[in-house]
Amino acid sequence: MADEIFEYAPAPESRAVVSLRSSYDLFIDGEFTPASGEERITTLNPADEEPLAEVAVASEADIDRAVRAARRAFEEVWGPMPGAERGKYLFRISRIIQERARELAVLETLDNGKPIKETRDVDIPLAAAHFFYHAGWADKLEHAGLGPAPRPLGVAAQVIPWNFPLLMLAWKIAPALATGNTVVLKPAETTPLTALLFAEICQEAGLPPGVVNIVTGAASTGRALVAHPGTDKVAFTGSTAVGREIARTVAGTDRRLTLELGGKGANIVYDDAAIDQAVEGVVTGIFFNQGHVCCAGSRLLVQESVAEEFLPRLRARIERLRVGDPLDKNTDVGAINSAAQLARIRDLAATGEQEGATAWSPACDLPERGYWFAPTVFTGVSQAHRVAREEIFGPVLSVLTFRTPEEAVLKANNTPYGLSAGVWTEKGSRMLWTANRLRAGVVWSNTFNKFDPASPFGGYKESGYGREGGRHGLEAYLDG
Amino acid sequence: MGKDDKTRGRARAVREPAAQPARLVVRKTYKLYVKGAFPRSESGRSYPVTSPDGRHLANAALASRKDARDAVVAARAAFAGWVGRTAYNRGQILYRVAEMLEGRRAQFVDEVAAATGGDRRSAETAVDAAVDRWVHYAGWSDKIAQVAGAANPVSGPYFNLSTPEPSGVVAVLAPQDDPLLGFVSVVAPVIATGNTAVVVASEERPLPAITLAEVLATSDLPGGVVNILTGRTAELAPTLAAHADVNGLDLTGAGGLAAELEQSAAATLKRVMRPRPAPDWAAKPPIERMTRFLETKTVWHPIGV
Repeated sequence: MADEIFEYAPAPESRAVVSLRSSYDLFIDGEFTPASGEERITTLNPADEEPLAEVAVASEADIDRAVRAARRAFEEVWGPMPGAERGKYLFRISRIIQERARELAVLETLDNGKPIKETRDVDIPLAAAHFFYHAGWADKLEHAGLGPAPRPLGVAAQVIPWNFPLLMLAWKIAPALATGNTVVLKPAETTPLTALLFAEICQEAGLPPGVVNIVTGAASTGRALVAHPGTDKVAFTGSTAVGREIARTVAGTDRRLTLELGGKGANIVYDDAAIDQAVEGVVTGIFFNQGHVCCAGSRLLVQESVAEEFLPRLRARIERLRVGDPLDKNTDVGAINSAAQLARIRDLAATGEQEGATAWSPACDLPERGYWFAPTVFTGVSQAHRVAREEIFGPVLSVLTFRTPEEAVLKANNTPYGLSAGVWTEKGSRMLWTANRLRAGVVWSNTFNKFDPASPFGGYKESGYGREGGRHGLEAYLDG
Repeated sequence: MGKDDKTRGRARAVREPAAQPARLVVRKTYKLYVKGAFPRSESGRSYPVTSPDGRHLANAALASRKDARDAVVAARAAFAGWVGRTAYNRGQILYRVAEMLEGRRAQFVDEVAAATGGDRRSAETAVDAAVDRWVHYAGWSDKIAQVAGAANPVSGPYFNLSTPEPSGVVAVLAPQDDPLLGFVSVVAPVIATGNTAVVVASEERPLPAITLAEVLATSDLPGGVVNILTGRTAELAPTLAAHADVNGLDLTGAGGLAAELEQSAAATLKRVMRPRPAPDWAAKPPIERMTRFLETKTVWHPIGV
């Protein structure tokens, strides 16, 4: 229908705001410094497979250097500094992120493939908000409920994923610094660039050397960092498989650990839900950020009595999603972050069809170059199907139905994960009844995929442990 | 047990003067406590428990790995009902445990003295402290959500509330040295918040824990909320640490096994409480005993007309 009214014209955001260097070194002790080895990683724009820049691969020796710099900064500068002064550095960083927001947004979209609409309106503003929120905690830690004089742990080893690169950096660095810790952070192999720009922001803010160290690399770099005995704390966001490995590495030591891992979130739509709002929420729940979201609502549980009405409206809405150039301000769904992730999504989607579920995708032209996967909805899915059990981490929704609220809760909880869930109903008591029974760390009712620095985020069961954000998030970086 | 101390051990009983028509004391068979009942080990095994000075006290059930798995099933089955109780009701039940324990104070003083080899005075202190610990946690059940929860001021028109919820089934390795106060100090905080527990009692001093099970069984505590195993910690703990339906693991009584068990627990991402060096069970307990086995659930809802 809309097609008959007008066509969208391209509305690309300019790349000119970003000035990329061809090659980046490690950021250790306040300076960009060459890695000890020759190995480099080329990071691509997943939307066209064009190389963006080369980054260094940190070796064990480089990690050791970064940890020692962080230790020195902790003992000599950052630890002894009054909280109010620490807080002012974080306020300053928050302000610079706001000032350079467009540059960060474009760079994030280039490196990650997500739509500029999201980096501009979600990732970057939330990253700035995270620093602003935690800055205010730095001189009030005695009110955090962890005792009269909580102490920082020391040096935090932090490893983050590629789905929200700068935002995950903010989730890790802001609370660590506010509580008086120093950090060594490893950004993801495929999305290192905004972290390196953040290193420049630390310089611009005059942050003392060694308080923040950024080491780039792949899995071996991450492994060396989380295993380093000179760190007091490990914080990881990523897959459950890697989370298990890290938990094993940290076991038996005195080092603390928080993990934010995978999910298979259920979005429950009751028969009395406001259907249009629920359709919007289900679409946001799975297609936001191409479904590269650990808390994605990747399982739709719709009450049988409204399924026939709901699903055509859902499909009609998905047909309106614009898939394509991430820098285009009209784009809803961008590129898949990497060839490896695309292969995984394709493999699981193929399994869905082999196991007898029915796949549907809207007619949409995908660009020839780059990594793309059309929004996909599986119906005829049973709880035993892999597409209903495994985290796909892509724009793939599995639809199941239920008859009673008890059945909805049973199916929603029938997963080893427990990160997020959604509830759609106009009846308050039913919403609260359901929310009480869902074994998930975040329950969005009549909304989905909302994030805020004041709101604790994290999982139950095999979605990890510890919380990020809010008063609760401080606990991960303090000894009571 | 105290009253039959004089006649305990066959050798001594035989030497009693035949002329005295002493009533033969009825001894207790110490069994496991699973699903609210007192079964023997499915393995049919038992092991002798002695006092520190070598006196035979009783035969305790030597629980098997199968018993541990059965206990997990019982704890899981009890979880929905226990977490579904109001916090007030859980507090009332924990207070009832304190009442029942107080009523059997003399018996527990005897048992603790026999198990630890200490004097009656210190046993009395330990039993009194154990009663008070139940009272302490009875009062926590309906406070923890206010202390550990939060209403969050998010930057948008949303109601945003964080509340603590129990992790689920928690496996507890009770302290090896302190058979009653130590045991209560690790179990009460776990169940006060709505978890259910599988507890491995002190290997060498398991008897007060099993007698405590008689208290739990008569305090309106639903069967399966606390399950108590006696036996070899090294045999039972690996099964519990690796069990996919166990959500939390308290390694307090793990001794030298702690690192290995924590590594095993990593495979299922259990919440782990590491052992602390030389805990003082008489001291006021840290809130971490509860928060370690709590999850934070955050609920969002739009605000609008």
